[in-house]
Formats: sequence, structure tokens, C-alpha cells
Amino acid sequence: MKVRNLLRPVLTCLGLVALWWAVHAILQLPPYLLPAPAQVAGALWDNCATLAGGTLTTLTETMLGFIVGTALGAMSALLMVASGHLQRWLLPVLLLSQAVPVFALAPLLVLWFGFGIASKVVMAVLVIFFPVMSATFDGLRRVPAGWLDLAHTMNAAPWRTLVFVRLPAALPSFGSGLRVAAVFAPIGAVIGEWVGASSGLGYIMLNANARVRTDLMFAALAVLSLMTVTLWWAVDRGLRRLLYWSAP
Amino acid sequence: MPLDARAPALRPCPGVRIDGLSLHFGAQPLFDRLSFDLQPGRLTALLGESGVGKTTLLRVIAGLEAPDRGRVSADDALPLGGRVAYMGQQDLLLPWLSASGNVTLGARLRGERPDHDRALSLLGRVGLADRAEAAPEALSGGMRQRVALARTLYENRPVVLMDEPFSALDSLTRARIQALAAELLHGRTVLLITHDPLEACRLADVLLVLQGNPATFSAPISVAGTAPRAVDDANVLTTQGKLLRQLLGGEQ
Repeated sequence: MKVRNLLRPVLTCLGLVALWWAVHAILQLPPYLLPAPAQVAGALWDNCATLAGGTLTTLTETMLGFIVGTALGAMSALLMVASGHLQRWLLPVLLLSQAVPVFALAPLLVLWFGFGIASKVVMAVLVIFFPVMSATFDGLRRVPAGWLDLAHTMNAAPWRTLVFVRLPAALPSFGSGLRVAAVFAPIGAVIGEWVGASSGLGYIMLNANARVRTDLMFAALAVLSLMTVTLWWAVDRGLRRLLYWSAP
Repeated sequence: MPLDARAPALRPCPGVRIDGLSLHFGAQPLFDRLSFDLQPGRLTALLGESGVGKTTLLRVIAGLEAPDRGRVSADDALPLGGRVAYMGQQDLLLPWLSASGNVTLGARLRGERPDHDRALSLLGRVGLADRAEAAPEALSGGMRQRVALARTLYENRPVVLMDEPFSALDSLTRARIQALAAELLHGRTVLLITHDPLEACRLADVLLVLQGNPATFSAPISVAGTAPRAVDDANVLTTQGKLLRQLLGGEQ
């Protein structure tokens, strides 16, 4: 079972590479449009130090954004559930903020937070804040009424009901938000790097694009995908272990 | 073996007085000045068609729903709030807590120190001493309902409200848990909603049928002998006949 689970993604990847190679061989496209798999592998090898450095930058931005965005999202959800007043004020503002395309804000963020990692972290935070907040908020609201009734007949103080019943009951929803965040956070970081940066995988891709080094672009893209998948996998594994009672 | 040796001694269980209760469900009147008494220390079974308002009535007594008019009080002049335990149709076990964690949930919710030894002894009483650390997911439906019963007993309340607690169980498991519940809840003021005339006749001291719209009570039927009665007990059989005739109304 375990081996098969590992085998499946490997086979899928090999299949995609084979397809890519076939398209390249049949259409005979120039390398600046579609490099061959071997050329990308070569670029990966030749630029491994650059790519490793870029990965470290992007991973740092992603992780910081992931942590801060998750904390802010979960906290907003808690605040809104704790106070109906706050919910009526905060929810429209948050919804409105989502109507502004986050990507359109990127240049502004770079202007405000500079070329360093801060603007990328803020970007990642903005991208993942809403999914985490909305999943957690939903989870906190959809606690089975029977559990709350039970707590009520047990003379529970509202905050104890929150801590011992509502919070644990909302954890699986929060987990769904976290899984989405794990995939979205790198997108935020890379968008930030495209607008203005001095390192990172997005920066490498932009540079490679300008120099028509499509093979290097593909190499950076492959590393970015691997990083995102690994992050998702780690989050998923952690959640499965932590939320043992709701593992699918 | 004492039933629950570590529990604080229970004061005499009060009766419950429902006085002039009116409640609307949308525009539909569910109850109109409904009054009745739950006799102290006895098990009253409440029967009636689905939708007649049995569960709503139970929720009003539990303080989970406010009536439009009327009041629910204890007959010893002390407030009823905080003296009622509630057991629903579902076991309502929290899936992230072990069986014993679920039994002591009330203590944690009130900020008291959970008494694990007492939880263990109660789990022993319902035949689950060796499953105290099991997750609810790992327990069968009958076991889960027994954990819920232990949780209800841990609360040690003089008034116990039960809403078809055994309806989801197969008939053998149900018969066993019924007997256990009757034995363990003996002496408390209990209101048990059930759809099962046999269950009612085996467990209850008094039977009430809720009928009509707005709902009213039929004349209470007393069941002789001590619960749990055997399925072929003469009292059970005669009362069951009487009860079925009443439930079927003028049809027979």
C-alpha cells in the first residue's frame, strides 16, 4: 500500500515527462519555446547553487507568510465568533478586501515594504488569510447543536464551551484551510518576487525569462512545484496525526 | 457494590412542575397552557406521535428552549437550573476525547477537577471498565450509548431527561441497556421520551401520552411493580395493551 502510494505520483511525473519529450520530439519546437527534458535537467544541474539559494529565500518567505497568515486568519475567525458585534463590522470589510485582486496590490506592497522579504511575506499573508479565516469561521459556527446543548445543561461557562467543545470541533475545518494555505502561500511569495526582488525562485524565473533561458525557467518552476508539494504533504501529514479523530 | 460510592450524596429528588406552558412553532400552536407534574423519584415515560412536541417539551424542561408563556419549576422551591442532566437521541460523545474523557466532560466544562476514579467506576458499572481509554470511534453503538449513560450518571443530577436514548440500538442491546439504565437511575426524577410501548412499560412508573394540536396529555397510566420489569411480566403485558389502545385512539 505504502509503496503504491509513492509509486503513483512518480509514475504520473514520469508519464508527464514522457509526454513532454514526445511533444518536443514531434513538433521540433525551438528550445526558447519548449526546451527538452534533458535540457531542463542540465539547467537544473548547472544552476543548482543559484536555485538552492533562491529556494531558501522563497521558502523563508512562504513559511513566514504561512505562519503569520494562519495566525491572523484563525484569530479573526475566533474574534468574530466570540462577538457578534465584531462579526457584523469585520466580515463585510474582510469580504470587501477580497474583492481587490491581491496581485494588483503587489507593486504597492513592494513600494511600502521594500525589495526585501517583508513585501513577499505580506503578499503570502494576504493570499492565505482569507481561506484560513473563512474555513475556521465556518468550522466554529457549524459545531453540532447537540454538543452545545449538552454543554449548556452541564452549566458550562461560554468560554469553557469555546475551549473544550467549539475549538476542537472546528479543528478539522481549520485543517482544510491550512491545506489550502500550504498551496497558496508560495504563489503569494513568487508574485511578490516578480514585482521586485533581488533573490528567490520568482526572481530567477523573471531573470531567465528576460534572457530567454526557458530551460532555467522550467528548472525554477520544477523546484517551486516540488517545494509546494512538499509543504502540502508535510502539513497534511501533521494534520492527520494531530486530528486523529477526523482523519479521512 | 454501591452504585456510585464516590458521588456526593444526592438530596431527595424533587418533582418537576410544568405550569401553563404555551409555545408556538411559527404560527402553529404546539402547546396551549399545558400543565403537568413529574412525580419525584419516579420514571415517567412520554409517548406520542412524531412531531407532537415531545422533544420540544423536554428541551423546555432542560432550559434549552424558552416557552412563550408558563413556567417549569421544581416542587421543593429550589431552582431547577443546574439540577437537570440531559441525554439525547444521539450519544453526543466528543470524538477527540476517550470514553473516560467524555464521562468527565461536565467537570471540565464547569472548571472542576475531573474525578477519574469515579469515571472509571461508572464505566465499570455500565460494563466498559476495560474500554475507558478507547476513542468513541472504536466503540459500537451500544457501547457509545453506555458511555453516554455513564456521563449522565457522572453529572449526578436529581432530574434526568432522556430523549429516545436507545432508539438507534438493536433490540437485544436495547433491552440490556434499558435494564441497566432503570437500575442506575432508580430514585431519580426521570422523564423518558420513547416510541417503544414495551420500553415504556418495562422502565416507567408512570406513562403519559401527548396527543393533538395543541398537544394535551392523556390521563396518566401507572405501572405496578419495580422497574426494570421482565418482558413477559404480567404488569407489562396488561399495561402495554392499555397503552396501545390509548395510542391508537378510537381506532379499536
